[in-house]
Amino acid sequence: MRHIISILMENEAGALSRVAGLFSARAYNIESLTVAPTEDPSLSRMTIVTTGSEEIIEQITKQLNKLVDVVKLMDLTEGEHIERELAMVKLNTNGRYREEFKRLADIFRGNIIDVTDSTYTVELTGTDEKIDAFIKAIDSQYILEVVRTGVSGIARGERRLSL
Amino acid sequence: MELSGGEILIQYLKDEGVEYVFGYPGGAVLHIYDAIYGQEDVKHVLVRHEQAATHAADGYARATGKPGVVLVTSGPGATNAITGIATAYMDSIPMVIITGQVPSPVIGSDAFQEVDAVGITRPCVKHNFLVKDLSKLAETLKKAFYIATTGRPGPVVVDIPKDVTDPAIKIPYSYPKNVSMRSYNPVVKGHPVQIKRAVETIFSAKRPMIYSGGGVVLSGASNELTEFTRLIGSPITNTLMGLGAYPATDKQFVGMLGMHGTYEANMSMHECDVLIAIGARFDDRVTGKLEQFCPTAKIIHIDVDPASISKTVRVDIPIVGDVKLVLQDMLKIMNASDKKLDQEALQKWWAQIDEWRSKDCLAFDRGSELIKPQSVIETLYQVTNGDAFVTSDVGQHQMWAAQFYKFDQPNRWINSGGLGTMGFGLPAAMGVKLAYPDAHVACVTGEASIQMCIQELSTCLQYRLPIKIVNLNNRYLGMVRQWQEFFYEGRYSMSYMDALPDFVKLAEAYGHVGMRIEKPSDVEAAMKEAFAMKDRLVFLDFITDQTENVYPMIEAGKGHHEMHLSSERELA
Ligand SMILES: Cc1cc2nc3c(=O)[nH]c(=O)nc-3n(C[C@H](O)[C@H](O)[C@H](O)COP(=O)(O)OP(=O)(O)OC[C@H]3O[C@@H](n4cnc5c(N)ncnc54)[C@H](O)[C@@H]3O)c2cc1C
Ligand SMILES: Cc1ncc(C[n+]2csc(CCOP(=O)(O)OP(=O)(O)O)c2C)c(N)n1
Ligand SMILES: [Mg+2]
Repeated sequence: MRHIISILMENEAGALSRVAGLFSARAYNIESLTVAPTEDPSLSRMTIVTTGSEEIIEQITKQLNKLVDVVKLMDLTEGEHIERELAMVKLNTNGRYREEFKRLADIFRGNIIDVTDSTYTVELTGTDEKIDAFIKAIDSQYILEVVRTGVSGIARGERRLSL
Repeated sequence: MELSGGEILIQYLKDEGVEYVFGYPGGAVLHIYDAIYGQEDVKHVLVRHEQAATHAADGYARATGKPGVVLVTSGPGATNAITGIATAYMDSIPMVIITGQVPSPVIGSDAFQEVDAVGITRPCVKHNFLVKDLSKLAETLKKAFYIATTGRPGPVVVDIPKDVTDPAIKIPYSYPKNVSMRSYNPVVKGHPVQIKRAVETIFSAKRPMIYSGGGVVLSGASNELTEFTRLIGSPITNTLMGLGAYPATDKQFVGMLGMHGTYEANMSMHECDVLIAIGARFDDRVTGKLEQFCPTAKIIHIDVDPASISKTVRVDIPIVGDVKLVLQDMLKIMNASDKKLDQEALQKWWAQIDEWRSKDCLAFDRGSELIKPQSVIETLYQVTNGDAFVTSDVGQHQMWAAQFYKFDQPNRWINSGGLGTMGFGLPAAMGVKLAYPDAHVACVTGEASIQMCIQELSTCLQYRLPIKIVNLNNRYLGMVRQWQEFFYEGRYSMSYMDALPDFVKLAEAYGHVGMRIEKPSDVEAAMKEAFAMKDRLVFLDFITDQTENVYPMIEAGKGHHEMHLSSERELA
């Protein structure tokens, strides 16, 4: 099962390596990891997408909670939540598909944020499935570059991860 | 009071009540060593290798329950300490390790003797710190001691760049009385609902069994455990780390469990209907094959670390909390209740256990011409009236010490269980002897293990530490040889210890007493003579039967009911 785990942790040097080290030392899967400071500069928020059996996920959350720098943790996938990822995709528009790529970007509610004679750069937000779908919809020979931020997420409604 | 960083460190250790620091100087810690000079409050013990500093601090911690403190220099000082830090980490031992670091401005430039101590120790510490700012030093030390000693204990490294201890820079110091960390608040009080459920389950048991471990020793909960066990009337087994937490001479004690545990302990695990796991972590040496672990039991598990619970074995009633507090709560409820366990069922259960006991699974050949290692431990037990602190190294000798020395008190049996670190025994014994100068302290070791920290014989002379070294010399990496005999058709690859030193002369060269004992009939007299030499370290080199194996044995990956009792008595 895929889980999205959000963590609030002390914004200390080395905090990120404690989390990354935990995942590699214990051979846990990690699909993506994003981190940035929060509105409170002493805290960072990290979002980890991982997969594993229920037992493994339970161990992952316990081991993360055990890290001294981790202040609070929430498994977003345990409740209703929203997840988003940002991607920037650079496309080769030499040839006859320039119009077609524009249309495709519109369909996926993407924005073309940079244009040259031979390229488009499309900005896209959504679930990682949506981004996968966009990338799949384009013939791979026209994809010059893909940058993805990894997933971040937030719980719906009243549920929230804060101190 | 205005102090430099080095002075703050020493003053802090004094204020923290630290008696001994085990260490070794070098460039990055010279300012600190200058602050140590000429003061008597914190005694520094100069070891001969940084690994030994960590094991000695660890031994001190295991024997006293107080945190062990280590001071080493940057680079090679820090890397030499790693084995000892990892050893303490695996067994949850409270320690604070101060490592010197190159000056802040040159960190990251491959400076002389630079190693990323925080990075390299991260996987084997409970937590670590780099002190970047002198004003944070006292507070960081406070946090380090707090983290090391609370919740599930463990080693904490504090890495201090040389400029932070500069004698020219002084700031006001006062001992930080309080510490609070929003991100670290271990749960120590058990949940009342879970405790009630556990008590009800215990009252309903027909074949109850207690499996307790190192957590009881760490929690100082031996009295509570003993009262609890007597109240239930069940059998109790201890892990290798838990030995002594329940008196081994008591009739309810069925011995150690696991790979080299007793037949009765392992069979009781296999057949029980309610298992009460207390401060034990379901290690693979203990559980054997997970699918066959306690197949008919409801499992209650008390542990201060939530991550220990349901890690390898799923449990039915988890209780997160400190053993001592949880047992006190359980005892309160049980003592107030008029319920009782089914006494008839208990009687039947004990009849079954006594039948298992009658196999006498620890029997060995007492008529041998050669010294049997087991008999050496028995003699050690008798000569010390069962009242010694026993440290050990790793191998067959460790298992025989665990099986044949009957520990009636906690904190007496001091060994590396989780990491299994050869070289641990002698330095650990130094830490114990410093803590308890009047007690008997024996180090049970093998001719291979002892050579991994043999240089500490020099430290023992300097500090007058009259430890008794009981060397079970089988001229083999015995534990390795045993596995090669069983699982590699006797291909003894690299397990023979050739070119051994003359240990008697070696002991003498270091200024100690050495004795070689080759006949069974000389064992007792030699042991008595050694222990009578109150102020001398004696190296007892027992030349033992080379072919002896540790029994019982459960092969890795087998179930508790599939034991080898001895070479003649096969699968039980
Ligand atoms: C050669 C060799 C052979 C071995 N063979 C065996 C064997 O046959 N049998 C055996 O038992 N072991 C054996 N071991 C040791 C084994 O590897 C483990 O170290 C040991 O079994 C672990 O013991 P434990 O479960 O008591 O856990 P420990 O490592 O002592 O852990 C303690 C547990 O208690 C918890 N705890 C700590 N403090 C508290 C507190 N205050 N309150 C509540 N909980 C707390 C911790 O979170 C942890 O879960 C062997 C080791 C070697 C080197
Ligand atoms: C540092 C280290 N290296 C290797 C091992 C693997 N090992 C476990 S027991 C053992 C043999 C120990 O021999 P000895 O000290 O003579 O004890 P014996 O088993 O013969 O009693 C070895 C090599 C270890 N535990 N620790
Ligand atoms: Mg040997």
